[in-house]
Amino acid sequence: MRWLRHLILLLPLLVVGGARAEPDNYVDIVRGKALATVGDCVACHTTSGGQPFAGGLALQTPFGAIVTPNITPDATTGIGSWSADDFARAMHEGRRPGGTYLYPAFPYPYYTRVTRKDLDAIYAYLRTLPPVENRVNRNTLPFPFNIRLSMIGWNMLFFTPGEFKADPKRSDEFNRGAYLVEGLGHCGACHTPFNSFGASQNDKYLQGNRIDNWTAPNITNDMQAGLGKWSVDNVVQYLKTGQTRFSLASGPMKDVIENSTSKMPDTDLKAIAAYLKERGAAGSPAPAPLPASDPRMQMGEAIFVDTCSACHMRSGAGVEHMFPKLAGNVITTQNDPASLIRIIITGGRATATDSFPTSPSMPSLGYRLNDSQIAAVVTYVRNSWGNAAAPVSAETVKDLRARVAGAGD
Amino acid sequence: MVEPGSLWPGKKPSRRRSAAESHSGVTRRSLLASAALLITTSGATARVVTKVLPWKPNEAYPPTPVVPGGYLFFTANEAALVDAFVDRLIPTDELGPGAKDAGVTTFIDRQLTGPYGGHDWLYMQGPFSQNPLPTQGLQSPLTPRQQYRLGLSALESHCTSIFNRSFTQLSADEQDKLIGALEKGEVQLPNFSSKMLFTAIYTNTIEGFFADPIYGGNRDMAGWKLVGFPGVRYDYRDVLDKPNQSYTLPPVGMQGRPAWGGR
Amino acid sequence: MVRRLPRKDVVIVGLGWTGSILAYELAHTGLDVVAIERGPWRDTAVDFNIGTAADELRYAVRQDIFLRPTQETLTMRNNPSQTALPIRKWGSFLPGNGVGGAGVHWNGQTWRFLPDDFRIRSHMIERYGEGIMPEGNHIQDWPVSYDELEPYYDKFERVAGISGRAGNIKGEIQPGGNRFEGARENEYPTPAMKQGYQQELFTKAAANMGLHPFPRPSANISTAYTNPYGCSMAPCTYCGFCEWFGCANYSKASPQTCVLPALIREPTFEARTECEVTKVNLTVDGKMATGVTYVDANGEEWEQPADLVLVCAYGLFNVRLLLLSGIGKPYDPASDEGVVGRNYAYQTGSGSTAFFEDVKFNPFAAAGSTGVALDDFNSDNFDHGPHGFVGGASITCAHTNGRPIRYHPTLPGTPAWGSAWKKGVRDAYQRVANVGAQGSVMSYRNNYLDLDPTYKDALGRPLMRMTFDYQPNEQKMANWMAERCNEIAKAMGAKVTQVNRLGVPWNVVPYQTTHNTGGTVMSSDPKTGVLNRYLQSWDVPNVFVMGASAFPQNAGYNPTGTVGALTYWGLDGIFNYLKSPGALVQP
Repeated sequence: MRWLRHLILLLPLLVVGGARAEPDNYVDIVRGKALATVGDCVACHTTSGGQPFAGGLALQTPFGAIVTPNITPDATTGIGSWSADDFARAMHEGRRPGGTYLYPAFPYPYYTRVTRKDLDAIYAYLRTLPPVENRVNRNTLPFPFNIRLSMIGWNMLFFTPGEFKADPKRSDEFNRGAYLVEGLGHCGACHTPFNSFGASQNDKYLQGNRIDNWTAPNITNDMQAGLGKWSVDNVVQYLKTGQTRFSLASGPMKDVIENSTSKMPDTDLKAIAAYLKERGAAGSPAPAPLPASDPRMQMGEAIFVDTCSACHMRSGAGVEHMFPKLAGNVITTQNDPASLIRIIITGGRATATDSFPTSPSMPSLGYRLNDSQIAAVVTYVRNSWGNAAAPVSAETVKDLRARVAGAGD
Repeated sequence: MVEPGSLWPGKKPSRRRSAAESHSGVTRRSLLASAALLITTSGATARVVTKVLPWKPNEAYPPTPVVPGGYLFFTANEAALVDAFVDRLIPTDELGPGAKDAGVTTFIDRQLTGPYGGHDWLYMQGPFSQNPLPTQGLQSPLTPRQQYRLGLSALESHCTSIFNRSFTQLSADEQDKLIGALEKGEVQLPNFSSKMLFTAIYTNTIEGFFADPIYGGNRDMAGWKLVGFPGVRYDYRDVLDKPNQSYTLPPVGMQGRPAWGGR
Repeated sequence: MVRRLPRKDVVIVGLGWTGSILAYELAHTGLDVVAIERGPWRDTAVDFNIGTAADELRYAVRQDIFLRPTQETLTMRNNPSQTALPIRKWGSFLPGNGVGGAGVHWNGQTWRFLPDDFRIRSHMIERYGEGIMPEGNHIQDWPVSYDELEPYYDKFERVAGISGRAGNIKGEIQPGGNRFEGARENEYPTPAMKQGYQQELFTKAAANMGLHPFPRPSANISTAYTNPYGCSMAPCTYCGFCEWFGCANYSKASPQTCVLPALIREPTFEARTECEVTKVNLTVDGKMATGVTYVDANGEEWEQPADLVLVCAYGLFNVRLLLLSGIGKPYDPASDEGVVGRNYAYQTGSGSTAFFEDVKFNPFAAAGSTGVALDDFNSDNFDHGPHGFVGGASITCAHTNGRPIRYHPTLPGTPAWGSAWKKGVRDAYQRVANVGAQGSVMSYRNNYLDLDPTYKDALGRPLMRMTFDYQPNEQKMANWMAERCNEIAKAMGAKVTQVNRLGVPWNVVPYQTTHNTGGTVMSSDPKTGVLNRYLQSWDVPNVFVMGASAFPQNAGYNPTGTVGALTYWGLDGIFNYLKSPGALVQP
């Protein structure tokens, strides 16, 4: 009976108010839905417990909180009065109808790459959503950041509009991957370090970043810090299921996988993988590992043996589908250790998909280990079994704990 | 109805969070399944669960660690009595610390202040039979708190009237003799069952000597070290791979062990 | 005031093993299923967090995750001439609570009953004559055979990922397995578990005696595994905190590890926790169920209408719910009439404690199912003629833990306290092994369940009353088994052995086993059972009752494997019922 349920779920696309769904629009609408999935619009434009796309989620930026708008076709509180041109302008230039500047918390510097044709399809899809009345406060930033005109300067310095241009020297697959990653995927928005103005540092594109107290790792093809040891198939599998033999996605990437990449066609995932692998490697060289005799390593080893090895194995090998491999897993040796630290404190749930629904959880152990113990065991993990990365201090742990220990997710 | 996931020994959990919108460090990626996952505002347990396995950060329900020092239930006299009693049950000797030095009196004291002390989880509705069958087990309405209060008082009365001294002032031999008589029900305490008193103290002594040190007893894992129990390490695959060989790693408790440092 | 909710296709009472399996299988076909569980939601990383799970005091001694007697308990007495009193603190058996039920805190020993067990009455009479049958017995053949259940045993084992070594595949005896087991189609889904040194000694000794030891089948699994529902598990770490504890590393088969992750994704499924079903509601003529009434955590009453009611509340509470709902005629031993509460049975435990010298058994390194077993004295695998009892036992050299509050053995004669005790405990800890016999309990006229006339639960409803004692047949059998265990223990090289005979009369205080069976027995005759062979109520065709309460009597094994098989078997019945509602079997 599943097919019937799917068919029934598709009906709203055809009957909803706001747009007249014409038969020849159906193809565009479905295409638009798939593109909106790539863009993962629902992730930011939905609040916990709220209606999808109705906005209201407060994004924490270094400049204050920005609340996402309602992009359902509600005429007064949503974008029901926007034309296709209006929508394209917002995505391409970061401007509202009337010219108001949008903040780059909305990643228009990436969406600017999307073709007009694709934007029209997304627009058509959004028009089919049920309009939801949800008035969102769009002016939450403190002075002086609430002066939107200041975006003129920001855009001049950091924003180059323009649709994606395929590189004729590269394969179709590479270009498709580039289009997806550099545009709707907006991977760089998390995986590229920010400068102090909150702009992506393009010369360090995809080399890793701290966001929301997680480490978005280096996803260049770097052997030491990036995807160098991953095959194209590994990358595809990760995006599809949140799992590979060594890694399980948890934290923000888990949501991306569940809501976006696991629903994309395999060909697109392969294109993304090909692009990431072929783009080239960039990253800093590994330091020498800390010797096992270092007191931090000794302390960390005792803790690891006593409370981590039951799942992650004494050898750091992990368990397939269940517990990430720590040995040789680049997530453990990123410059920024934030993910390792905070997941010990808060715990984390791995990706759940239909094919692997278990979504095993890292238990929260913030109550059990203090700052120097977490620093020691993280240092141990980062420097054992061939891993090598900078040690972690209790201060770093303390700082991160203050940010995450009270967090609702 | 009892509270699910209630802690032992009954202190308020330190990690319970309400489901109110929390904006410090909120991410873009909160609950996105288009599901109705209802989380109650009163506690961590989801009452209705659909579509998504519930999960919240920082959710665990550890027991509140006992902080030794002073007594929350026992009077100074009662504590001294219990100290002396448990010190005979499991004495400090060449094999290592005994119950008193392992903090068993503190353990019992703290246990009595929690749900155990009031038999809160047990069925305590009447009527209470005066002559249950031996196979029907516990039928007394007396809670552990009452048993200690009344029983220790009865023990002291007995010692004062028979020996003209407190139990704590008897010699070790005299104490042993008396404890043995209590154990067998061979001595009559005023208005209190000697077997009931012995059983209460004995049972709690064993518990306190061997429970995780977080509960106030088994100090420095003395009980575990006596028998060679390694504690909560949770992975002994290697032990089964090497049958009939000594296990050499030191014991570890819920709060770790010395090699964890940092405390 | 009871408020009525929108109708569901299926309401399931209790979300343990049987409830979650049925919920998944039915919701997967698109049916609207709601499971109502009176305990809390339980999640591995939260409730069995690796930093809190291994806490003997909290879980094994204070019984934190079990049903709290203050919420519900039973009264007990040994025979009908006595007055039953409340079990104020659990002892002999420990009912679970919460999502996952007993599947959270079980040991994971997973067996199939033997073919003869399913027709033990006919078989024993055929072989030995009526004379061997014990006085006052109610022994009945099951209305289903081993061969019929075989594919369903297989299905449950596959979902749970059971680790073991098959002994009989399609009729061919396999070396290293149980030569007595019923023929099976397939090997176990994961390999047999590691064993300890005690088991090594037992295996050698038993083999030398001409017996047939094999690794006990285990739901604590040996390797990483993904089951047919897509749920993944990790290998057991032999942590020694199995029975009575939740598993922190996803390696004990439970609803949490094996079913719930897939179940919760079914869009038509809903779990309501902390809601206690108080009654199955019936039409005025009592011929059909209309749904259930339950009380939520705030004390509000709700009515949940449904077309199908599945009672999956654990054997004992199944019986009580039927009694309180008026489904089926309550059993009365005086008249020997009625069926609900009839044929309550249990399990015998006896054996030999063996004290060695110069060994290091490391008892703390154990899984819940660590053990080597032999079935040479189980079921009718041996000649009962000279012995005058019916039934048998699986004999196992097992150890599941070394947790010192409850495990600190001493040589017989050691004082219970003092320095001598300290020394005794220190000396014995590494040197004790156990050879135990877990034996069958037949059903009898005077072992039964009914409602207590005096004591009530927190909601004011009568508690259930358990009238049970081990009968002379079980005493004889269990004590005979203890001697067999003792022989093996001596052959293992023990310096001192202590025979542990069956404790009689049955005492509710020391922990024995949570294998309560019977009360809503499955039978071919509505006069001797509550359920037909598909576990459908004879009286109310849209009520099915799952669990060990269906057993006509208990065999010499842990019940869960058979409970799982019966659940899948009963599911077939449910599907047939849905296609064409009505009684599936004509009496």
